[in-house]
Amino acid sequence: MPQEELQELQLERLKSLLIRVYNNIDFYRDQFDAANFDPYSVESLDDLAKAPFTVKQDLRDNYPFGMFAVPKDDVVRVHASSGTTGKATVVGYTKHDIEVWGECIARDIVSCGGSSQSVFQIAYGYGLFTGGLGAHVGGETLGCMVIPMSSGNSKRQIQLMQDFETDILACTPSYAMLLADTAIEMGLNPAKDFKLSAAILGAEPCSESMRKEIERKLGVTVVDIYGLSEVMGPGVACECSYQTGLHVAEDHFIIEIVDPKTLLPVPDGEWGEVVFTTLSKDCSPLIRYRTRDISRIVPGTCECGRTMRRMDRISGRTDDMLIIRGVNVFPSQIEEVITGFSEVAPWYQIVVTKQGPMDYVELKIEVVPDFDFDEIRKIENLQNRIAAELKSNLQIAVKVRIVEPKSIERSEGKAKRVIDLRKAGASND
Amino acid sequence: MIDQMTVFLENEKGRLGSLCRTLGDAGVNMHALMIADTTDFGVVRIICDAPTKATRLLRDLGYQASTTKVAAIEAPNRPGGMADVLTCLADADANIEYAYCFGSPSHDTAIVILKIHDGDNLVDALAAQGLKALQPEDIYSPDEL
Repeated sequence: MPQEELQELQLERLKSLLIRVYNNIDFYRDQFDAANFDPYSVESLDDLAKAPFTVKQDLRDNYPFGMFAVPKDDVVRVHASSGTTGKATVVGYTKHDIEVWGECIARDIVSCGGSSQSVFQIAYGYGLFTGGLGAHVGGETLGCMVIPMSSGNSKRQIQLMQDFETDILACTPSYAMLLADTAIEMGLNPAKDFKLSAAILGAEPCSESMRKEIERKLGVTVVDIYGLSEVMGPGVACECSYQTGLHVAEDHFIIEIVDPKTLLPVPDGEWGEVVFTTLSKDCSPLIRYRTRDISRIVPGTCECGRTMRRMDRISGRTDDMLIIRGVNVFPSQIEEVITGFSEVAPWYQIVVTKQGPMDYVELKIEVVPDFDFDEIRKIENLQNRIAAELKSNLQIAVKVRIVEPKSIERSEGKAKRVIDLRKAGASND
Repeated sequence: MIDQMTVFLENEKGRLGSLCRTLGDAGVNMHALMIADTTDFGVVRIICDAPTKATRLLRDLGYQASTTKVAAIEAPNRPGGMADVLTCLADADANIEYAYCFGSPSHDTAIVILKIHDGDNLVDALAAQGLKALQPEDIYSPDEL
């Protein structure tokens, strides 16, 4: 669909959306009135910038069903965030919402080479988390043979991957890496022994070098899928096989990039916080939802021919950004540095503490099994080279500590990469 | 040249003890053990009768373990015995990474373990001076050979 036609469709859907949320959700009626925003006055897509933002706390404040725009009778499913840092955020889906979700993910499976003939293994967790069931409905919508594995039980995953000849895998990047390593430990060569052609990975950050390593080990094309439970779940945006940015499902979502401080929109190509408005959701629509994710619009059009604009891969989050001695640091930047060292295994953990008034950062890493550590100076040399690389790339001093194999926790869901002990007793979730 | 097993251990209470217990339970007999320690970790170097088997076992159990070739030289158990070995190596222009010894007061000889670059040639130089280098069959158990 050409961009002009797409924008017409967006405007038409946006107009009815704004009126619908104003009339059906008390929270939005109050918000719009307080901001002097008249939902009936919208004439162009630019007018959306006059509407107030929605933040995660708003969803918590209206727990559990205050943000639903339809009666509970029409709701066929709910998903919710884990709620470890406060009340859970609850999102409801009507039958139509699930259909739209399935359609979004079905497109994503096709864009990485899948079809109704694909064997689609889902190793995202099933449950309140949107990953498993979201991918599931996408696979069924397309007509794939879906293997609903959920996460965990890695040896069985690998067994079925071989026996059922899985061609597309969906899970988190860290779990894909764990599956690859487990298969290799079992004496297999996944790149040769498996029929896998693509992996749709999401729900946590994955550096370009980690992606390359997963691609090499599994012999697949890795595409990055993006979504968040509040907005829908995975499938809001996804890469095509060109891997040059994630095509946003713009017929169902409006993406804006804003400066996280001024909250003003930034031009295409500039980095900022990603903001979404859901155009098609019946049950839990959102107006200008601040995701806290940092990205940008990739300028130009994609070689694949799709007209939907691309957002870049998430470079960090406004809230998992670490401020270390005044320097802004994203865990993804640290990951980028260490994956450049072939001696280092792809598992790491960053521990931030206070030493007196100063922030102190320790980076725990594991070395690969054949690293020659017999001479202390080789270990020290590696530590020093990594520390120097971090210093020159990030301007922070990091104590690099090599730990024993498997002492850094492997994850079957989202990896716990950062432990911030500066706030008494607190740690990131 | 013989195989020395090297194990990376974090400085944690009981870690060395459980390593030794594991080896003992597997029937591995150690002849010598030496730790190079730093603030955060230790590198444990072990001469034993089954280095390959022991390394495989430890790796399976999640240890960072590997084998390294070292020279094991017999030195006379008398004042100046070790010095003679080292003089010989210095004359041969050897570069020693590290060394440690083991022996017993009741024996006529002690064993000097040396990590040296280009060790094979140096062992020949030592032999020319009448110093004997231990071979795998001198210390490995029959299964290991």
